[in-house]
Amino acid sequence: MAKQLMKGNEAIAEAALRAGAINYFAYPITPQSEVAEYLSRRIPEVGGVFVQAESEVAVGNMLFGAASTGKRVFTTSSSPGVSLMQEAISYMAGAHLPVVLVNIMRGGPGLGGILPAQSDYFQATKGGGHGDYHVIVLAPSSVQEAVDLMMLSFHLADKYRTPVMIIGDGMIGQMMESVEIPEKYDEPPLPPKDWALTGARGRKSQIIKSLFLDPVALEKNSFLLASKYEEIKKNEIRYELYKVNNKNRILLFAYGTMARICQTAIDELEKDGISVGLFRPISLYPFPEKEVYEQAVKSNIESLLTVEMSMGQMVEDIERCTIGKKPSHFYGRTGGIVPSPDEVKIMVKKQLGLDTKTPLSGYMR
Amino acid sequence: MPGVVINKTYCKGCELCVQACPMQILAMSKELNQKGYFCAMLKEPHRCIGCRICAIVCPDAAIEVHTHGTQFALFNY
Amino acid sequence: MAHDTTTILTRPEALSSNITHYCPGCTHGVIHRLVAESIDELGVRERTVGVAPVGCSVLAYNYFNVDFMEAAHGRAPAMATGFKRLRPDMIVFTYQGDGDLASIGMSEIIHSANRGEKFTVIFVNNAIYGMTGGQMAPTTLPHQKTTTSPFGRDVNLAGYPIRVSELLSSLRTPAYIARVSVHSPMHIVNAKQKIKKAFAYQVEGRCFSLVEVLSTCPTNWGIAPNSALKWLEDNMLPYYPLKTFKDPDTGGTE
Repeated sequence: MAKQLMKGNEAIAEAALRAGAINYFAYPITPQSEVAEYLSRRIPEVGGVFVQAESEVAVGNMLFGAASTGKRVFTTSSSPGVSLMQEAISYMAGAHLPVVLVNIMRGGPGLGGILPAQSDYFQATKGGGHGDYHVIVLAPSSVQEAVDLMMLSFHLADKYRTPVMIIGDGMIGQMMESVEIPEKYDEPPLPPKDWALTGARGRKSQIIKSLFLDPVALEKNSFLLASKYEEIKKNEIRYELYKVNNKNRILLFAYGTMARICQTAIDELEKDGISVGLFRPISLYPFPEKEVYEQAVKSNIESLLTVEMSMGQMVEDIERCTIGKKPSHFYGRTGGIVPSPDEVKIMVKKQLGLDTKTPLSGYMR
Repeated sequence: MPGVVINKTYCKGCELCVQACPMQILAMSKELNQKGYFCAMLKEPHRCIGCRICAIVCPDAAIEVHTHGTQFALFNY
Repeated sequence: MAHDTTTILTRPEALSSNITHYCPGCTHGVIHRLVAESIDELGVRERTVGVAPVGCSVLAYNYFNVDFMEAAHGRAPAMATGFKRLRPDMIVFTYQGDGDLASIGMSEIIHSANRGEKFTVIFVNNAIYGMTGGQMAPTTLPHQKTTTSPFGRDVNLAGYPIRVSELLSSLRTPAYIARVSVHSPMHIVNAKQKIKKAFAYQVEGRCFSLVEVLSTCPTNWGIAPNSALKWLEDNMLPYYPLKTFKDPDTGGTE
């Protein structure tokens, strides 16, 4: 398996094909149109189905139909497009359908901009559509990790019969990095898909739907979803610690591209004799609640700092999990502006009272 | 001699068959089904010509048409 | 009924044994039977998948002995596209009302037709939103009173009703588009031929097929079932002419 220099968008596309997902429905939207462009050439080579739909609303519903065959299906889009798919995602969650969606986030709200951002965290992790449901949300911080999580997402989607969403930002999609993509995805065995619609031959007809007019049946479906999410919380929490030790004075929280920038800042702060650790959630749902708490309450940690490319969304989960045990601060740039390592360094020093003069143009609290 | 059987559980008393029957031998009975609809009934069974029109217009597939031996098909359906 | 009784017409196998929720005299039931008979006669029940819309026929999946999916409002053609593209060997049909197809789902039906997706659309036009209680639909006739056009549809405000079959016929790709009605026995017999033909073209893997079926809504028109048939004939037929607009074999206009 050779190392290749690949653009994030194309690596994500190829990873899906290698995971056996050769059926793709999408609509062009910057900053991830290259996925569709790449697949429009590659999918015919692997005998899959490629459809450019008339809108993301149509994409979402094509996915529902395609997933009902039991085959692996996926789409990629960006923030405004993902908003249009929320209804379909709610339907697929309620109908227990496996599907993978990728959101290469861009600045919002509204038409916003086309540069990288992380302002869709709430939409992704709190269930952007109607009803009690969640989707598994995974956040890569490199092109290689995007490949690995993309392949994993198809396994998780089938394992739990649920939508799985990969959220990267424009940089993950547009960045070129060396990456290794396995030829074939060897994954643990999965149960047979007897729920798929194959025609009522030798069996009663089957229905895939999220409609339950009888409130008892609808509640039962929501209970079933809840038990699925408990199972997911037990098994699928993923995170990474960077230079976390008992000398850290501040614990940083960041995911995706923002986490890599924080790592650079941490390395440079270390040279200034300031010890800072980073907690990087990889699964944003299921969120590593217990682990965040355990790290935050360590005695050496004086305060917490969450850094996001948004006005502060994951910080609410950090504060929810650390329940005021430590002072929690936030620093964020958005609109497509990406905080620099220096900004993170200055914010840390301000938080430690070591720098009161240098101005910072980000959003702080 | 052709005839029809009206399934009372499906009939909703809409009377479409009564109007459509070319022999005008269907009518509404005073009998209620479990949903509270008056059901259609065959008034004069011996005059049924087995044309199937009642079953064709019935929105609830409540009518089954029978015949004995050969039956002249007035139209194919 | 002793000795050699032969049944010459009964419930088709593809029609389930459930009692439908449709109002008495609503011709949705007739159209369901025509679809089921077509599926039986083509022998494809065991490899058919239906897509139910949102509207009166939202519960259609309870009335067919075929696999079904329930679509979001207006999205059945997209859902059918997704399924059919992955399982071209299976027979896929959507069953949609006028609010579902011509209002919220207009983009989906136009683009599915224009891509020439090889599934069949049964489009029931009863000139009103039925399930939600009789509101004005894109197909509501000029001056027709509904709960959201209490003084009659004002074409200056709401425009004229949309003739979907004509609209889709202006596209080059879709190859079988016909409008039929079920307001009389003769029309039902004709409707069945067109519906069966639409399914047959799909069985041949031939083309996109859509049959628009004029249908009654006694409850929301506020007209008794038999008189509703007459109302359809007097009011809908003039505005929605019955014909085959496009046919891959004959080129339509029959």
